[in-house]
Amino acid sequence: MTRLREFHAASWDEPLVMEMGHPGRRGMMFLTEPELAGSVGSAPELVPAAMRRTVPPDLPELSEPEVQRHYLRLSQETQGMMHISLFGTCTMKYHPAVAEQAARRWLAELHPLQPEDTLQGALEAVHRFDLILRELSGMDQFVFQAGGGADAAYTHAVVTRAYFQARGELGQRDEIVTSIQAHPCNAATAAAAGFRVVTLMLEEDGYPSVDALRAAVSNRTAALMINNPDDMGIYNPHIGEWVRIVHEAGGLAFYDHANFNGVMGKLRASELGFDACMYMLHKTFGAPKGGGGPAVGAYGCSAELAPFLPGPVVVEEGGRYRLDQDRPLSAGKVREFWGNIPQVVKAYAWAVGMGGDGIAEASDLSVLANNYMDHRLGGIRGLARSHQEDRRWRMEMTRWGLGPLKEETGVGTVDVANRMADYGVDPWWMSHEPWVVPEPFTPEAGEMYGKEELDYWIAVVARIVEEARQNPELVKSAPHRQPIAQVDGTGLDDPRRWAITWRAHRRKSAEQVSRRSAAE
Amino acid sequence: MTAATAHPWMANSVPALKQAMLDEIGARSIDELFEQIPAEHRLKVPLNLPPGLRSEVELKRHLTSLLRRTESCEDYLSFLGAGCWQHHVPAVVDEIVGRFELLTNVWGSPQSDFGRNQAWFEYASQLGELVGMEVVSLPVYSWGCAAGHAIRMASRLTGRREAVLARWSDPERLSVIRSYCEPRGMGGHIEVVTVRHDPTTGGLDLVDLERQLSTRTAALYVESPSYLGVIEAEGARTAELAHRAGALLIVGADPISLGVLAAPADWGADIVVGPTQPLGVHMNCGGGVGGYIASRDEERFVREYNGFLVSITGTSKPGQFGFGLASAHQTSYGMRELGKDWTGNSVYLWAIANAVYLALLGPQGMREVGETILQRRAYAARQLAAIPGVTIPFASCFKEFVVDCSGTGRTVAAINEALRRGGIFGGKDLSTELPELGQSALYCVTEIHTHADLDRLAEAVREAVQ
Repeated sequence: MTRLREFHAASWDEPLVMEMGHPGRRGMMFLTEPELAGSVGSAPELVPAAMRRTVPPDLPELSEPEVQRHYLRLSQETQGMMHISLFGTCTMKYHPAVAEQAARRWLAELHPLQPEDTLQGALEAVHRFDLILRELSGMDQFVFQAGGGADAAYTHAVVTRAYFQARGELGQRDEIVTSIQAHPCNAATAAAAGFRVVTLMLEEDGYPSVDALRAAVSNRTAALMINNPDDMGIYNPHIGEWVRIVHEAGGLAFYDHANFNGVMGKLRASELGFDACMYMLHKTFGAPKGGGGPAVGAYGCSAELAPFLPGPVVVEEGGRYRLDQDRPLSAGKVREFWGNIPQVVKAYAWAVGMGGDGIAEASDLSVLANNYMDHRLGGIRGLARSHQEDRRWRMEMTRWGLGPLKEETGVGTVDVANRMADYGVDPWWMSHEPWVVPEPFTPEAGEMYGKEELDYWIAVVARIVEEARQNPELVKSAPHRQPIAQVDGTGLDDPRRWAITWRAHRRKSAEQVSRRSAAE
Repeated sequence: MTAATAHPWMANSVPALKQAMLDEIGARSIDELFEQIPAEHRLKVPLNLPPGLRSEVELKRHLTSLLRRTESCEDYLSFLGAGCWQHHVPAVVDEIVGRFELLTNVWGSPQSDFGRNQAWFEYASQLGELVGMEVVSLPVYSWGCAAGHAIRMASRLTGRREAVLARWSDPERLSVIRSYCEPRGMGGHIEVVTVRHDPTTGGLDLVDLERQLSTRTAALYVESPSYLGVIEAEGARTAELAHRAGALLIVGADPISLGVLAAPADWGADIVVGPTQPLGVHMNCGGGVGGYIASRDEERFVREYNGFLVSITGTSKPGQFGFGLASAHQTSYGMRELGKDWTGNSVYLWAIANAVYLALLGPQGMREVGETILQRRAYAARQLAAIPGVTIPFASCFKEFVVDCSGTGRTVAAINEALRRGGIFGGKDLSTELPELGQSALYCVTEIHTHADLDRLAEAVREAVQ
């Protein structure tokens, strides 16, 4: 029996930085050189009169150690990956410390416009990593400009635009086909790039049917944007046929490899016929998540699409590396410069440390761990596995639901998520919208955590399910051992109550007080 | 091809543990677990990657041997800017963004992410003070992306389809903006209309600006300081012209200038965007860039944001504060293709760097860093202008400025090569992208440059053009 920890998060009752400090204090000084300053005149006179700042910004005034300790306390009030996080779809994994160390040491003070011969090591690392991704995907060229997975999906949309523009079909091919189980960013970026979005719904097997796809494609189809397996752990076995159907209609096929962990080293996007694919280096490749970036969506494509990639592209010529800027058919940029290079290098370090054998083993372990979790979670009454009738083994994650528990106790997935943190476990990921399973949750074990930690996580879920039966209020009012009590979300959609800055908060609080006194 | 020993990064790579898990679930082999993938989908050509460097000693040596073949802006005296700038990054900032909890967190509950959310709220609150706005969203990928989103916001708000902006725009930023404005032929195409410059000041030509603005204009996008470093002398006039045409004014502003330059809201901005990298983020070879978006707290604006808006709110415990996302349903997470553009992972860790940076500097620090930069830039310009054949075409600048070497008979490329031999990265060569400026380069001077550094630059340029 797993013993649950007597955990309590740090709770500092920390004020907002804007409320701290004392007039006259300061945390940073700059070198003053009176001789230089005297020779050019006073600074305000160097600014056109109408454009001078007359009222100083209302920032806090703090000494350096006060600022340091304030933010250290805030970091302690953040759980991060201090213990166990099985956050599905995000592939929580080890971020090697040696990679972080190398990136900080060598890359922090590089400027992207330096002469190329001063950047050879960084360019070579990017190129070597490009080659690794080519080997894993079968694509012919990767770029790293996209600042996240959604930005890589956007990259695909703009590459698609440029491709059809070159073929004179831009106005005609105005539709992108995706599925309701594909990440929302596929639909959203396609729309933001100007395409009409056609969304296929799931059918009995857990994915849309081939017939539904056939009915959706036409000479208006620009591209298919799809993931496989999906977030339920179900692999669409007809994906090869899907790609053929889209190609026959004249469209491009993009593989959103958000769920690569279960298939890496097992299949290649190009061998399934895809024209392009995307990997998230902050997920599958061990770069840290940072609470949402800096991230990288590595976008790779076939030689046919490569001329349309956002530039520059890192190329190797006779052992030297350079940035190819001369790309007349390029779709244009999706972000300035050539990418989050430290994150690319961290992902490269991860891939080199893992090697081909380690990468294949990681997908083995991820799928083994998920099926182990499935087996154990299946023994907890109140939980329901999606598509339970499909008895086959799942891929690297499974969509579960708390429908039965909710009916029995009134406790749902948000309540349990809030309570999990009380046991030192990161709240689970529920599901992207729309929820296709009642009260969903989606654990993804990954390859990092050991069996004991998976057992601990399962024991936490089992305990909370028991609590839901014996004392549902305890779960619904959770958390109880976190930095703060349950957040009140009732005003967050109300323009009179939301307050996105301290300045807005003070104004609205004052207005509320005056409204109240007027009412009295 | 499983190695005999456990991999140091994978706890379950011990063969006995794998077997125990297989036994418990009743599977014969790991391969059986992949039964969903049809055989014809499996690798046709085996994976050809070398085995892992499992020893950290070996991996570190490999990384070092590769990455040491770089020379940085600390090895050289650098005057490169143009969208990525060498500012001082306080050591405390590096310490905080390196904290494991902040480096590794993903998306827990509003309670387990509390400290991070507070830091994000402090980012928005402090940046809001600088720009004079009550709403600041979590940052987007870059300044160009922020400008692109803001132009699309303005187009939705006005129902119009043109954006007016400076002809002398940063080509990197402009390329991103054009992507966001969609090419002609796409449903949402926004036409980009450019405005000429006053050749004596480098600022916008207000007569041409008035000509370009019309009832088709969704937004006038003005940067101050501009790509070429120029402080617009008559910001309020540009606002007046935009508003008279029924357009919104989007201002692009480098936040490190705002201790000495007027808050854009104070001269008429409706939406403010800009870079976040100057506030405590290393250049990271261009990977340090990020972009902010800010506006007034009017519902019509708030409902058009693509990104996350972190609001302060209460908790179930009286008197306690917490944080949640305001107006969240409008994002792509809530509405897929019907959401406002899209959102996703961005540069949120850097928002914490920005918060720490602003708290360290405070009002005095922001004024001092701005004044220091203004004076050093002015000094550098004066020293360079004293060199025969070198001119500084635009006088009123913040940290970047154009250095025109046409009169020396030398190309920027040749001068930069000579500087390079002396351990200096000269300014970005503008001669190809803006041929009308002749043999010009864009130099960037910041608070890290000393009096002696600037004299060294001037001396090196003097020698290079002889």
